Amino acid sequence: MPSPIETLILRHRLRLVELLPWIVAVAAYFGFADYLSLGSQILIMILFALSLDLVLGYAGIVTLGHSAFFGVGAYAAGIYAAHVSGEPLSGLLIAAIAAAAVGWASGLVILRTQGLTLLMLTLAVTALLAEAANKASFITGGADGLQGVDMNPIFGVFRFDMFGRTAYLYCLATLFLAWLFARRLVHSPFGQSLIGIRENVTRMHAIGSPVRRRLLTIYTISAALAGIAGGLLAQTTQFVGLTVLGFQRSGEIVIMLVFGGIGRLYGAFVGAALYMIMQDQLAKLEPVFWNFWIGLLLVMLVMFARGGVLGLIDQALRSLRRQR
Amino acid sequence: MTPAMETIGLHRRFGALIVANEINFRLEAGARHALIGPNGAGKTTFINLITGRLAPSEGRILLGGEDVTALPQSARVSRGLGRTFQINTLFKGLSVLENVCLAVGEHSRSGGDMLRLIGSRRIVLEQAYALLERLRIADDALVPVKELPYGKQRLVEIAIALGLEPAVLLLDEPAAGVPSAESAIILDVIDQLPRDIAVLIIEHDMELVFRFARRITVLVQGGILVEGTPAEIAADARVREVYLGERQHV
Repeated sequence: MPSPIETLILRHRLRLVELLPWIVAVAAYFGFADYLSLGSQILIMILFALSLDLVLGYAGIVTLGHSAFFGVGAYAAGIYAAHVSGEPLSGLLIAAIAAAAVGWASGLVILRTQGLTLLMLTLAVTALLAEAANKASFITGGADGLQGVDMNPIFGVFRFDMFGRTAYLYCLATLFLAWLFARRLVHSPFGQSLIGIRENVTRMHAIGSPVRRRLLTIYTISAALAGIAGGLLAQTTQFVGLTVLGFQRSGEIVIMLVFGGIGRLYGAFVGAALYMIMQDQLAKLEPVFWNFWIGLLLVMLVMFARGGVLGLIDQALRSLRRQR
Repeated sequence: MTPAMETIGLHRRFGALIVANEINFRLEAGARHALIGPNGAGKTTFINLITGRLAPSEGRILLGGEDVTALPQSARVSRGLGRTFQINTLFKGLSVLENVCLAVGEHSRSGGDMLRLIGSRRIVLEQAYALLERLRIADDALVPVKELPYGKQRLVEIAIALGLEPAVLLLDEPAAGVPSAESAIILDVIDQLPRDIAVLIIEHDMELVFRFARRITVLVQGGILVEGTPAEIAADARVREVYLGERQHV
């Protein structure tokens, strides 16, 4: 039997099942060629949900304002493409930097508070930004949305085609890199200290952890990733509207994450994909009523499966193992 | 010799309520010192002032001769101040080993490492595990803390504090709430703490206090009533008076 130290180290190694989302994503590229624009949207929302999981699931920062960073990233990438350059990779970098800057600055204030105050402040930041984007119509296009987002080919070679193939692979590659980074982060001592803060902040202070700096760091990183997600949306749809900064998007992304399961990295993948596919299918079946079914499902999950879909799978596997 | 920890004129008010009144206290290097006093005497407040959870209204706190009054909790910990809590304050969802690793990691300044995996600094895990062996909870290394019996959780409290390799260790009622069958293990652990650590223990259990402490300070209504050796304290008339209503403890 391996020693406890070995066992603990092994728990953080990459397992084969963690490659499953990527196999599915590549298979979907070939299998659902007609749905690639929905596919891109799903990948973008997965990245957004992943960024949220870092703060909400790992560090335990309960926020309802994460669309602030998604929106800032979308506008930054959109405005950059419309006025500076249509080069996509530098556009994503600009989106990440802009969102990180807003995340850092707002985090300085917000992370001094806790609980309901913190929640209200995250909402307030989003509302402020949304109103600012609305008023600054000379640069954002205001309520009409940002027009004139034209993208150059990626690396000067791969054009964004009308079937959305390039866009899908572009989003997939970006998400993959972000996942590599996020996975490394949550399995590092830093990631473990975030879990420590979530589990017991008093004790983290008492063992000398610079709690506020850790929180600000992850909040900034998470904002950057959300900004990249927003940037991807702007670049692949070549449009930015005020809804990127809306409450609705902040709420939806929390719901997606809760669907999948928070604090487990892959909840973002399962939750965002399920939610987007359900929304797409239900909207076809019940154009008016689809929200009801999503709401009902959410109530069931929250009441009977706090760990989301992945939590349910965990439980099922565990009881299977016990029966054997 | 410089005391390991010292407070000078330490004072704390909550409005009109004085919870720490001009406390001048010295904890010598390697001390085995007990702080006793009736409920509400301000013992835990005193600990919170020393660790920085509370700011004093007046007065100074020195650690190893250095004034730390203005420093945040984390800076005091890195200067050698460790504590346990009266009520278990643990990372309940994490395993015992992970609980202690967090402390060892912060102490070795690798707690903020982002781009290496847990275990790439093996020494952190090994130090944490060695502590579990010393406290005889290594068999439970991978058990989530919330699944442990209360007595063992108290040991994890101590293990986390020891993971910081403190020069000053504050034990806030380490045996509180532990059934007497299990408390012997905790007393053993406290007896065997390294000699170079200065230990301040808050305790209601007089048997433990008189077995462990070589000096005792009695705190009443936020102020020091008397300080002395166990024999002096046991013979002191004022102390007996304070504890009159609670003689079952004495």
